[in-house]
Amino acid sequence: MAGALAYLAQILFLIRKELRDLFKDRSSRALLIAPAIIQSLLFGYGGTFDLTHVPYALLDQSRGSASRELVARLDGTGVFEREATLSSASQIAGQIDAGRVLLAVSIPPDFETLLAAGSEAPVQVILDGRNSATASAAAGYVASVVAAFNAERGNAPAVTIDRRAWFNPNLQSRWNLMPALIAALSMLQTLMLSAMSVAREREQGTFDQLLVTPLTPTQILIGKALPTMAVGILQSTLIFLVILFWFRIPISGSVPLLYLGLASFTLASVGIGLSISAVSLNMQQAMLYTFLLVMPLMLLSGMITPVANMPEILQIATYANPLRFGIDLVRRVYLEGAGLSDIAFDFVPLLCIAAVTLPLAAWLFRNRLS
Amino acid sequence: MSARPPIVAAEGLRKTFEGPDGGEVAALDGLTLQMRPGELTALVGPDGAGKTTLIRMVAGLLRPEAGTLQVLGRDVTADPQGVQDRISYMPQRFGLYDDLSVQENLDLYADLHGVPGEERRERFARMLEMTDLARFTARPAGKLSGGMKQKLGLACTLVRSPELLLLDEPSVGVDPLSRRDLWKIVQQLVDEEQLSVLVSTAYMDEAERCAQVWVLNRGKVLDRGTPEELRARARGLTFLAVPPAGMRARELQARMVDAPREVVDAVPAGGRVRFIRQPGADEAALGTLLAGAELLPREEELEDTFMMLLRQHAAETAGDPAAAPAPAPALDPARGAAPAAAAGPVIEVRDLVRKFGDFTAVASTSFDVMPGEIFGLLGPNGAGKTTTFRMLCGLLPATSGKLDVGGRDLRSARARARAGIGYVSQKFALYGNLSVRENLEFFGGAYGLRGRALKARVAAALEEFELDPGARSGDLPAGYKQRLAMAAGLLHQPGILFLDEPTSGIDPLARRAFWRTITALSAQGVTVIVTTHFMEEAEYCDRIAIQDAGEMLIIGTPREVRAEAGTAGTDMNAAFIGIVEQARARRRDAEAAA
Amino acid sequence: MRLSGTLSRLAALTRKETRQMLRDRSNLMVGFLLPLVLILLFGYGLSFDVKDARIAVVMQNDSLPAREAAMGLTGSDYLSPVWIHSMQQAEEMMMAGEVDAILRVPHDFLRQLALGDARVQLILNGVDSNTASSVESYVSGALAVPFAQLADRRGGKAASSGQAVIVQRTWFNEPGESTWFLVPGLIVLILTLVGALLTSLLVAREWERGTMESLFVTPVRPLELVLSKLAPYMVIGAIDLAMCLATARWLFEVPMRGSLAAIVGVSMLYLLVSLSLGLLISAAMRNQFAASQLALLTSFMPAIMLSGFVFDLRNVPVVIQVVSQFLPATHFMGLIKTLFMAGDNWPEIWRTSAILALYAVILIALTRRALKKKLD
Repeated sequence: MAGALAYLAQILFLIRKELRDLFKDRSSRALLIAPAIIQSLLFGYGGTFDLTHVPYALLDQSRGSASRELVARLDGTGVFEREATLSSASQIAGQIDAGRVLLAVSIPPDFETLLAAGSEAPVQVILDGRNSATASAAAGYVASVVAAFNAERGNAPAVTIDRRAWFNPNLQSRWNLMPALIAALSMLQTLMLSAMSVAREREQGTFDQLLVTPLTPTQILIGKALPTMAVGILQSTLIFLVILFWFRIPISGSVPLLYLGLASFTLASVGIGLSISAVSLNMQQAMLYTFLLVMPLMLLSGMITPVANMPEILQIATYANPLRFGIDLVRRVYLEGAGLSDIAFDFVPLLCIAAVTLPLAAWLFRNRLS
Repeated sequence: MSARPPIVAAEGLRKTFEGPDGGEVAALDGLTLQMRPGELTALVGPDGAGKTTLIRMVAGLLRPEAGTLQVLGRDVTADPQGVQDRISYMPQRFGLYDDLSVQENLDLYADLHGVPGEERRERFARMLEMTDLARFTARPAGKLSGGMKQKLGLACTLVRSPELLLLDEPSVGVDPLSRRDLWKIVQQLVDEEQLSVLVSTAYMDEAERCAQVWVLNRGKVLDRGTPEELRARARGLTFLAVPPAGMRARELQARMVDAPREVVDAVPAGGRVRFIRQPGADEAALGTLLAGAELLPREEELEDTFMMLLRQHAAETAGDPAAAPAPAPALDPARGAAPAAAAGPVIEVRDLVRKFGDFTAVASTSFDVMPGEIFGLLGPNGAGKTTTFRMLCGLLPATSGKLDVGGRDLRSARARARAGIGYVSQKFALYGNLSVRENLEFFGGAYGLRGRALKARVAAALEEFELDPGARSGDLPAGYKQRLAMAAGLLHQPGILFLDEPTSGIDPLARRAFWRTITALSAQGVTVIVTTHFMEEAEYCDRIAIQDAGEMLIIGTPREVRAEAGTAGTDMNAAFIGIVEQARARRRDAEAAA
Repeated sequence: MRLSGTLSRLAALTRKETRQMLRDRSNLMVGFLLPLVLILLFGYGLSFDVKDARIAVVMQNDSLPAREAAMGLTGSDYLSPVWIHSMQQAEEMMMAGEVDAILRVPHDFLRQLALGDARVQLILNGVDSNTASSVESYVSGALAVPFAQLADRRGGKAASSGQAVIVQRTWFNEPGESTWFLVPGLIVLILTLVGALLTSLLVAREWERGTMESLFVTPVRPLELVLSKLAPYMVIGAIDLAMCLATARWLFEVPMRGSLAAIVGVSMLYLLVSLSLGLLISAAMRNQFAASQLALLTSFMPAIMLSGFVFDLRNVPVVIQVVSQFLPATHFMGLIKTLFMAGDNWPEIWRTSAILALYAVILIALTRRALKKKLD
């Protein structure tokens, strides 16, 4: 009993030392807290696929009531903003090339006549394809405006599709991205912190001093892992609060479950970070290896593009990626309100990663030959 | 000669740094100094005297807050680059690129100084020959031993003949052989090229070689003069005390150090005690103190004057920690890890071998250390001392052989076994970001101290080593860093203490205090294993071993080692150099024969 | 005389930096392996294009017209429908993430069809809004033909009045390939990363190891230090750029409508900016730990999120647009996409080059200031 107490006390001293080191001066404190908030605000606003402003150029050669009505519908969406009203087709290229407009709508002179004749009246839409995602989204908007225009004119289809979206009723991409950031931004920091921590002690010679104390590698491991996890979870919390109270994305699942998921995710990240740290000779290497790893982890996590869209072989590779499961966990608990049984599978790879990397790191502490 | 204008002229220099408590600490406090061209000028003084600040200022790296500084006839504050183009500077920690080879490091600095091809070839050949690095030109600088690095640093600094050479403690952590080589190079350049050299040093024998010596303390000049002039200040006060039979020299020395009213300073030397008496000491009190020891007058040395000056200055500015030597540590007599069976050796090393690839760092080494013994491990840089140490502490696995520390092999023993040892590494290895108190608390906690016991130990250590608890550890002057490292290593009152060059870079005053602590610990049964490059410190040891190129050359008491070396007199430095050089000559002969 | 001194010192320092760079394997891994991995991931791994979206189809009306309508889903290359009996089961599958959407054909489908107001319900998993939108458009596309047939059968041409149809043309990226805009963006990302990562510890390391102090007391000028640290990494960046361009051209067959000279020229200019930013961080922080944190924050995430790489800047609030305008990556991103897909647009090339050059000058000047030879 006394032995266990002493064991824990030693770990507490380690943790206190790590935390003091991390939060010692104001600049390092700021470096741990401010970026999480600033980034979540920036990316919350910046990371969106949703079109809110589509500047367009109009070339209305028909100038009839029908074309006016169509244009009024476009302008009435609040999304399409007419940047320019053109008088000839030759002006279109200039507008699009310069990036002033995303698309040009050209209504031919015979628009009115064709409609009156009961035939198909073409409306030409020219899109700037430099960002294909934006272009196709804008095209979709135009199509829905035109469909509404047609329906008004008595061209209702036989069957309509009633669309309802669960979990994200307005299909806002911010809802998709922000919960992912809870995991992704904190992983970036935890990996970096844990990778640098041992490398820094090695470079400064303090690691030897630690190794000659009666601390066991396990204690050192716990003493290194817990503070880093705490920082990671603190950052997750900051981002979580920004999402909840600033962007007002409602959480549907249970907060304790969210934190349980974050804890196991952070544990896996710290395991990877400490392993990097244990193989690195110096801080430069620790940082570079972290990045070498973090980039693929981010890209193959489903944060921006879904895992399901990846080639089969990469999908298999993502099983070793804690971020994939971290993001999945957070999104599903946050947005879907998933319960423990729904996401139980996500814990398996996370805990497996932790179970491999943490003992590996502890072993490397002592057995890495300098 | 005195008609030539001074090469460095400082007038009323002042520089303050922010202290740990937010107040200002004056590193230079109205310092005035002149340095004459074409000769060696030494700056000596305890830690925090302002030596490094002054040298950096001369190099144009720091700006004085008040006063003027002329270097090579220019105002260095106004035109630092103009001065930097003409001088060479070797900082305390010379910036060698570890991943570049010896040759590449030399090339870089030669290019930066714009040394032309012909001159460069000549210079390189000479430098490589002088530093004895010619064989290692392809080796990465990071793989050189400490002494070789320092020599390479000097060679890089001297790739061209500067108008002024600045050396900031060039021999810290350097063994006596390399130190001798280093000074030979400098002396040669002074003689041949009339080089002007400003050197700061903690070694008084180095200061003796200089034409002018400036003694600094707390940013002020205490005294100046030629070594002869300075030595004369201690004339008639220096003696040797021969302890009566049955008394160890260091025991007598401890008594004398603890009596500051009668004795200025005392150190053991060759089984005797060298000491300086206070000018106005009471004869009767001195007689009691000596306890029947025979008194022999001896010739005064620069170190004697230095110690006197510092003690005087300390006494004048009351409250100075240097005023009285550190009291013997108050220690808990119940020492957990002290060996129960006092009979057997506490450390046993048999046929210890360590190889890195095909390089043998430690070759078949055997020795024992008895409980309560102070065991000195000496040897040139790269001799394998640190490797041996790291193996003993369990930081490095041995390639073969048997290791036994307190009855266990620390590499394979449970972590608890390490609670009985303390380790102070060569390089400052505490958390620079944390305060002194935080560091001590952490290491105490790591060794299992808690609550009131921890608080009491930390308080005791702070007092014992005169440390400011709030100071940021990384900002401490070198000597205080070393004290902090010692304090952290002793906090848990280990039964066995490993000290790897604990006194390198700290001033004579602090070294006295440090050894006072060590001898007190040893008297209480703590086993101490220590490496050092200060050969006079070997005198504190019960036994010493000299290692070179991984091999154990000799083990014995300091007296035995001196006898073996066949060097007359009491100079341990000469004995050391003699033994290492004899062994090297034997090895060369053997290689030649093979 | 002075110039030749500068040149020979520059050469010596550059040689030293190059040696140091080459001797640390981690540099080469980040310099070459990371770009390669990114190129392959972006080219093959990342895609916004949904394929094989699983749709649970719940037929609550089993009439022939209803079945015919739902069969339309099987014709789509992008959808893989599974037929589920009960709505409850379908919802459970959706909760478990086994399907991406549910299509429900209600009980009264046939009756309502006769009334001309038939509805089917499409329930999407909105978590991934992008995929959800894609699925929605695939489903409506797949169902359009059977629905039209149903309408025809119900009563010939329903519409007697004419209707507007869209004739759509996409300029610059006719096939709408996401690789066409991801690959040019990747050049930005790689140059940003290489710049920030490789240089951000360079100066901090010299401060920490004490080599800076030794260098200071030599005739070296601060600007020489800056330039010599940039040079070797410019070469690495140039090799990366060549790698990107070669794969873009021959592997991903992305069109390069602008001139190669313009692409290379602007890219090298951006590389200089990116390297200088890393160097400035390093010089200003003097501490490897802090420098690495700052490099991370200023380079990688902003380059992905705020430069218009993936997310279109037109969609973001003004404040963020203003912030993004401060990122050199944003300017370079806009230009490089134009150069690849639209062609040489000289006014834009000059404008962006001027901005990037200004950045380079400011950053180098600031770095030089941070390296002024003073220890206090």
